[in-house]
Amino acid sequence: MFDDFFIRALVAGVGVAFVTGPLGCFVIWRRLSYFGDTLAHSALLGVTLAFTMEFNIALSVFIISSLIALTLIQLQKRTNLPGDALLGLLAHSSLAVGLVVIGFLTFIRFDIMGLLFGDILAVTVNDLLIIWIGGALILLILKLIWKPLFASTVNYELAEAEGLNPERAKAIFTILMAALIAISIKMIGLLLITGMLIIPAAMARNISTSPQSMVIYSIIGGLLAVILGLFSSLEFNTSSGPSIITAALLLFLLSLFRIKQSIKLKN
Amino acid sequence: MSRNKMDSNQNILVKLNNAGFCLNSKWLVKGVSLQVEKRKIVTLIGPNGSGKSTTAKIALGIYKKIDGTVEKYTNKVGYVPQKISIDWTLPLRVNDFMVLTENLNKETIDEALSLTGVIHLKDKSLGDLSGGEFQRVLLARAISKKPELLVLDEPVQGVDYTGEIALYKLIKKITDELNCGILLISHDLHTVMSATDHVVCLNGHVCCSGSPMDVAKNNEYKALFGEQASEILSRYEHRHDHIHTDEGEIKKN
Repeated sequence: MFDDFFIRALVAGVGVAFVTGPLGCFVIWRRLSYFGDTLAHSALLGVTLAFTMEFNIALSVFIISSLIALTLIQLQKRTNLPGDALLGLLAHSSLAVGLVVIGFLTFIRFDIMGLLFGDILAVTVNDLLIIWIGGALILLILKLIWKPLFASTVNYELAEAEGLNPERAKAIFTILMAALIAISIKMIGLLLITGMLIIPAAMARNISTSPQSMVIYSIIGGLLAVILGLFSSLEFNTSSGPSIITAALLLFLLSLFRIKQSIKLKN
Repeated sequence: MSRNKMDSNQNILVKLNNAGFCLNSKWLVKGVSLQVEKRKIVTLIGPNGSGKSTTAKIALGIYKKIDGTVEKYTNKVGYVPQKISIDWTLPLRVNDFMVLTENLNKETIDEALSLTGVIHLKDKSLGDLSGGEFQRVLLARAISKKPELLVLDEPVQGVDYTGEIALYKLIKKITDELNCGILLISHDLHTVMSATDHVVCLNGHVCCSGSPMDVAKNNEYKALFGEQASEILSRYEHRHDHIHTDEGEIKKN
């Protein structure tokens, strides 16, 4: 019925959606969308280094993104530049350096469009293992740090005063973000990963009343976006990333009707 | 935070030794020594900007790069901050907020919310509460986890007058029932004088401290809060033998 590659893409996308759902909620709550963008842009450098040194792509992206995140934290402490300027600086310089390095890699055929926007044809069985094992680990660790991370998201000083160690939770969360980008880059592409984080979570915010329900709706939204997006990608022969994000956007637009209704009910 | 095992007084919960905090080369508070013991209420008073909240945050360990030392002998802490900026875009009901830092069972949550009179708001969104209602929820959350040390930074701000008296009574009752110590910041001198074991009068440094009666007689306290300190003081004059510079230094006149 389906070509084999399509089943692989579907399984990969479902795995990614399970992880982007909860992490995306935190990205919205903590206002980290530009941070996610910066990590994703730096992933290009990770991919090119992986090609140059014939190294595992996911691992290489994970290491580079983590390094960029740590650099950001250090720069925030040592300079007086505002956070968004530092994010822009790191995002675009790592993207530029990555592209320059690609220019030197004339000896290998390089599908840059696939890298930027995702390529369902590129998902291998090996990638599936990375997504599902990596994704399970990310979710497990997120569950372990949920209490301090969520408490410090609501109020940092309360969490600190009542002994929850919010700094450690924040550092671990940063590493989880880098890990997510590493496992999902092939599916969605580095320009659109932040969309996959934010849009289903934003849709979930419109229809939920508690943090738990927002996480669950965000996962469901992500799953629907992946399934709808991949089928239309197959149908219309479009890149997988943009198709998934467009599907997520449609779901978000639908959720706006729900808000209108609840506002009407209030009046 | 060092744990001094040699300390013979088992009742001490937190102890500040000559503590101070300097932000952007300005001293917010300097040279504060105080201790909170079990079953005791220690109250910080002083004008705006005198370092009351800063002192509380030093005691809580929120400020880490401090002058002097803090000895903390408990990890069971409940905190009601003065200002709390919660992002209302977060979908958060009162019930979710109650279990923010510790998992509690339903009975414990209901009991605490009943004590502060807001059990009917349990399933409401935090963003829909009024200032006074939110203050009651904050207090309920802090006491629900049965802490050994309660730090209350103006816990009844925005609460109606009858509610204010009831909540102060509740705070007093909690000290006995939970066997906990309280570090209280309050502007209500009337309450402070009647319910407190130890008063610390701050003005960037410790102006004076002692039992409420001692402090009320103290000249610096009178200078800070006006001559009619025994009445309920709504205004205070700020006359001193010293002035405060912008850097937070103290200069003698």
